[in-house]
Amino acid sequence: MLRRTPRRKPRSRRRWHERAITQARDCGLLGADILGSGRRLEVKIKQGAGAFVCGEETALIHSIEGQRGMPRPRPPYPVTRGLFGRPTVINNVETMANLPGLFRMGPEAFAALGTAGSKGTKVFALSGQISRTGLVEVAMGEPLRRIVEEIGGGVPEGHVFKAVQIGGPSGGCLPGPQLDIPVDYESLKTVGAMVGSGGLVVMDERACMVDVARYFMDFIQREGCGKCIPCREGTRQLLAILDSLGRGRRREEPAGALERFQGLISLERLARVIQDSSLCGLGQSARNPVLSTLRWFRAEYEAHAYDRRCPAKVCPELLLYEIEEDLCNGCTVCARKCPAEAIVGSRKSPHHIIAEKCRGCGSCLTACPSGAIKVS
Amino acid sequence: MQVTINNRPAEAREGETILELARREGHAIPTLCHMKGLLPSGACRICVVEVEGQKGLLPACSHPVQDGMVIQTHSARAVETRKTLVELLLANHPDDCLYCVRSGTCELQDLARAYGVRRRRWPAGLRHHSLDVSSPALVRDPDKCILCGKCVRACEEVMGVAAIDFTHGGSWTVIAPAYGGDLNRSPCIGCGQCIVVCPTGALRERSQLDRVCAALADPELTVVIQHAPAVSVSIAEELDLPGGQDFNPQLVAALRLLGFEYVFDTGFSADLTIMEEAAELVRRIKLGGPLPMFTSCSPGWVRWVEQARPELLPNLSTCKSPQQMMGAVIKSWFAQRKNLDPAKIFSVSVMPCTAKKAEAGRPEHAREGRADVDAVLTVRELARLIRQRGIHIQELKPEHADLPLGMRSTAGRLFGGTGGVMEAALRTAWILLTGEDSPPLRVAALHGQDGVKFATIEAGGVKLQVAVANGLRHAQTLLGEIAAGKHPELQFVEVMTCPGGCVGGGGQPIHKDGEHALERRQERINALHRIDDEGMLRRSHRNWAVNELYREFLGEPLSEKSHELLHVHRTPVLDEEDALV
Amino acid sequence: MSIEQVLARHPGRSRDHLIPLLQELQQELGFLSRPAIRQVAEHLGLPASKVWGVATFYNQFRFQPRGRFPVVVCRGTACHVKGSAAVLAALQHELKIEPGATTRDGLFSLEVVACIGACGLAPVIAVGDDYHAGVTPQQVGRILADCRRRAAEDAPTKAAVEEALA
Repeated sequence: MLRRTPRRKPRSRRRWHERAITQARDCGLLGADILGSGRRLEVKIKQGAGAFVCGEETALIHSIEGQRGMPRPRPPYPVTRGLFGRPTVINNVETMANLPGLFRMGPEAFAALGTAGSKGTKVFALSGQISRTGLVEVAMGEPLRRIVEEIGGGVPEGHVFKAVQIGGPSGGCLPGPQLDIPVDYESLKTVGAMVGSGGLVVMDERACMVDVARYFMDFIQREGCGKCIPCREGTRQLLAILDSLGRGRRREEPAGALERFQGLISLERLARVIQDSSLCGLGQSARNPVLSTLRWFRAEYEAHAYDRRCPAKVCPELLLYEIEEDLCNGCTVCARKCPAEAIVGSRKSPHHIIAEKCRGCGSCLTACPSGAIKVS
Repeated sequence: MQVTINNRPAEAREGETILELARREGHAIPTLCHMKGLLPSGACRICVVEVEGQKGLLPACSHPVQDGMVIQTHSARAVETRKTLVELLLANHPDDCLYCVRSGTCELQDLARAYGVRRRRWPAGLRHHSLDVSSPALVRDPDKCILCGKCVRACEEVMGVAAIDFTHGGSWTVIAPAYGGDLNRSPCIGCGQCIVVCPTGALRERSQLDRVCAALADPELTVVIQHAPAVSVSIAEELDLPGGQDFNPQLVAALRLLGFEYVFDTGFSADLTIMEEAAELVRRIKLGGPLPMFTSCSPGWVRWVEQARPELLPNLSTCKSPQQMMGAVIKSWFAQRKNLDPAKIFSVSVMPCTAKKAEAGRPEHAREGRADVDAVLTVRELARLIRQRGIHIQELKPEHADLPLGMRSTAGRLFGGTGGVMEAALRTAWILLTGEDSPPLRVAALHGQDGVKFATIEAGGVKLQVAVANGLRHAQTLLGEIAAGKHPELQFVEVMTCPGGCVGGGGQPIHKDGEHALERRQERINALHRIDDEGMLRRSHRNWAVNELYREFLGEPLSEKSHELLHVHRTPVLDEEDALV
Repeated sequence: MSIEQVLARHPGRSRDHLIPLLQELQQELGFLSRPAIRQVAEHLGLPASKVWGVATFYNQFRFQPRGRFPVVVCRGTACHVKGSAAVLAALQHELKIEPGATTRDGLFSLEVVACIGACGLAPVIAVGDDYHAGVTPQQVGRILADCRRRAAEDAPTKAAVEEALA
């Protein structure tokens, strides 16, 4: 059993925040008269309740006000009419975390870091199929390659870099040839990605880009607010199209093949409508994971749509599982693990997978102690 | 501000939205979630327009016009987007327009037609939810819901009930009562305002048309019908005739053609209500309360008091509503006069209201296990029946309702609009207080569609202070003010659950453009006022038929007999498991 | 702590107390019961439908009791890329429940969260207060067996039950 992270309860995390506030107050940084300036500053912590869409500022306001975290149209912008109807400035924690450095270094030194349009530094959360994971802070404008290869140490040995997903669920996936792009707001936009949350998820050849796009559409389905039609219904259809790309022959209805072939065209049309008409930033950028993968990994989409093939061997229904008779010792583990009851055979004799029943879940593959299961 | 809209220059007003400007300039922009007078929600995105220099499309309903804007309401991009949005909605909507009660009045259907949607384009089908038929007043069909949120806003912001809200999130969002339960376990008062604003068939009345048709076909039964004062001034709209006119005599003729043996006028029992209620008021004033007394003819309001403010029950008039008074009189006095077995009478009412359906089913409105009113139709349901029979109401020869229960004063007709009950009651209370029959007929302060209206009338040394609450939310405001001691002298309050009174009821014709709801209600009220202005018999206590009822059967107002038939004892609605808050 | 005691800690009746109140009640009760929702609504003067609407919107809130070992699976991007879907499938297969449900014996409940916040250790699952990093579908059986063993150890012995009954 791995227990790398310490036990942590939300409550105790809250306690640290409270301790930090107490300390700041003790230092005279918070209170009615901060540092004897006559100015008043208070910090109050409001714990969120788990809704990705609350990253959208008007949704965040509603959440603090005790309402459903659904965005409202802007204008009026929060600076005119925000929390409790009062003018409100909303910043990310990271923006605030920049303030001490900014004060310490002075504005000139801070602005000297980064590029003309994107000043200062940015923290990235490096994760995925990469040797060194964790939070890294780099000056804006560093090439993506440096973060992935030098800082993160590249993909694990024996594997080949495939893509990096940058900017969270609203961001995009970039392929190897794009790694030399400088990481700043403007450059990333030109390739269909964004700085966004600062998430950097590295993927190697084991990741399927159609699956990644599907994952993000599923995410938006669950984490969106459900208010506006393009985002709620549009992403549902994007997901359905991506699902149809990964569907095997068995589950495909007669109209499905046409759907699959039209899918790629429909994806682009629908993505544009969603971007054009969604209520908030989440919806407007919901298409990015789909369009960026489609743009840089079109061949992989086409393999799914036209050849019913998942090159990364991820989409379960497109995989063919077989048992190599020579290696199978008839231990029956696979047959017991199979949720579809697709494996037959008697004890101590080679087993067999009924292709028509197989759902392609891969349970047998992980269960087989003798490595007799082959996937193609 | 100078702007350009669809290549034409236009003068925009400060703070105006693109939608307001476009509508004023005669450019139609479709909407699904927009509600006039409420803050824009921005949910449906159907109103998006293209504005030069803007990256995305802008929602016309919420975006303010800015100086120099160049707006295209129907650019190729805007039209393509709207069409896609309609396709997306239809993908998650049942394909049963032919069977849908809203076919023809459905805003989604209209958009599909206008934007040329010809096939199911998107693969993901309907996300299914279960049908809620738990309410006696209305049916909730979340499958047909497009989540525009208008019902939620009508329930909360217009009515102050908040029985339903958006629940869950993302793709699983569904509008539902608390705990995901059914409407009968919610504070829903059955007013039906949600039905009137629903763009699709997701909310509709619980139809009793089949029962009525079955009764009409049963030779054993004597089928009688009463129609409420606000019905004859609105039914024309549902039959695609111009609004604002009274079709009372033609309606009577149509009802006879449909096979109803006796046609009565709820105006009769409105007069009867006035007799009882005015007497009750005067008794309360003389015996010291409890005051203020609230009217009890609006069933949604009664239900709300029972569940939300039971401490006010003693202040509620004990009178039944006109519908129930008529029902009780039909199955007693009328049955006796005509020598009919009450069990063989099937009593139907046509109401501008869905809450009346629930009201008719309440146990206190039945005697010996028989409901006083057997079926309640909305204006919309009656219009369906009239259409089915191919009756052109405007071509019918006028007919009179059956006597005596078809006899009404014009005061009784006033019940259909806000302030009308009060005006009618004052005419009769006057004689009870002064002994003279020279009341002020019109009280201008009670007219109009303001939220709360006040008037003070001097009658026989008594200073009568009255108020009219136009809509439940305004009634709540007034209750708050009363609780704060702002109106210590107030004696009598008329409360109508729906905005504008019964003319704005949840059973009234549905119009696809909610924009003109206020004007339409006013047209209907004006029609009622015209009837009163031209009327010969303008005081309830002069209705000879009502007087005959007292002489022959009831004795006098507040007699034991009338208590038995026309009054109720009110009890709070308690729900141990889930308080109806 | 009872519902009333939690409510008493929030004398303010403004709507912004709603989410903190629900959070504290869930902390105390393990889930949001109907009486809890009802009393919060009464306390803040809100319709129950509004409280329900807010509570169902946020992922944090549960409306059924959790199992003794709540199993939380992270479905964040990094975890997905490292195979959390297979881990979830293995858990569903082992426990025979869907996410959001609790096993009949009350031992396990299965939940999915958008991100647990430990992307560097992906894929991550949490069983109660224990976080497991780099989980593979093969490990799932062992992790659950460990919980079952702990539950069995805690169960009163036959002798203890007899003693208590006597």
